[in-house]
Amino acid sequence: MNTNSSTSTGVPTAVAPAPAHGWLVSPRWNPYIVGVLLGVLSWTVFAVVDKPLGVSTSVSAASGAVCELFGYDTAANSYWKKVVPRWDYGMLFLVGTMLGAAASALLSRSWRVEVVPSVWKQHFGASGAARLLVAFIGGALIMYGARMADGCTSGHGISGSLQLAVSSWTFFLTMFASGLLTAFVMFKLIPSRSQS
Amino acid sequence: MTLPITGTPALWLAIVFGFIFGLLLHRGGVTSYDVIVNQFRLRDFTVLKIMFTAIVIGGIGVAVLHGFNHANYHIKPANMLGVTLGAAIFGVGMVVYGYCPGTGLAAAATGSIHALVGALGMLAGGLVYGLSFSWVNQHILSVGALGKIRLPEVTHLPDAVWLAALLVIALVVFAIVTRIERTRQHAA
Repeated sequence: MNTNSSTSTGVPTAVAPAPAHGWLVSPRWNPYIVGVLLGVLSWTVFAVVDKPLGVSTSVSAASGAVCELFGYDTAANSYWKKVVPRWDYGMLFLVGTMLGAAASALLSRSWRVEVVPSVWKQHFGASGAARLLVAFIGGALIMYGARMADGCTSGHGISGSLQLAVSSWTFFLTMFASGLLTAFVMFKLIPSRSQS
Repeated sequence: MTLPITGTPALWLAIVFGFIFGLLLHRGGVTSYDVIVNQFRLRDFTVLKIMFTAIVIGGIGVAVLHGFNHANYHIKPANMLGVTLGAAIFGVGMVVYGYCPGTGLAAAATGSIHALVGALGMLAGGLVYGLSFSWVNQHILSVGALGKIRLPEVTHLPDAVWLAALLVIALVVFAIVTRIERTRQHAA
């Protein structure tokens, strides 16, 4: 988080960035304000393009595109016949999400390469290979689960819950309970590798 | 201009809306593995604050838009076995990976290599799902399929009551969380 430079004497070389633009370069915004803005974004998306916010459907469509690369005929598959792999609204939304996050990180000077995050390192050690392997497995699990449930944290968690859908509240509460249990097993039952 | 916008202009809007979404995820702090995992360890309440606020504010706005015929609902079917089992698997994956699909992609774009590798895992998970879909569809999604139902219909309570209740619950939860955070600050 080295966003402001200081001399070796510890005296700041420059005054704080112009307050009017401070929010633009600040790497972290108040979570309640972010929540309000996400809520307003959901109104806008519902009204302007008549679609809910969602991520996981298009990721699984991208999986179909990967299959096509290996010569698999997705048109003959009962899932990808429905979720067609193509550059549609949902897929471009994912492109936008990545562009927005990258722009935000660059603008706030918080873009940085991370292989092993600090909480992981404290508990399971500094091995990059271990973290990457587990991240891959975790990624596969969330996508399989999201598809079976027909939505993820965006499609069910935010968009579905705000429409008071029974499916989405079931997802939200079950997911949270399962996550709490998993965190308990991972961080309490499994002994920590490094003491800190 | 007539809404909703469709066709090619909607595709450009997809990038714009996605951009704002990704920016908000990053500035909210949820492109960080530590922030998400610490939510499930009850040590950081950022995820809860963001999601609950988005649900309440979004819910009130969309309900008003819907009331004035400016928005349609898009309800996902309550296939109770599929949703419950899927959500349980998702919860395990979210703590193991440290991200959900949206925050994982966003984090990969901010330099997180493990998020990027997890995104490849997501592609693999989607692939396995696609290949197993006909079985899942037949044996899991059909169990407890209640259709596209909403809480107001099931409980016979109007939308306004539900949204007001959610607002109150959110405020109470936020007050409790603030209290916990203050106590911990004093203890530290």
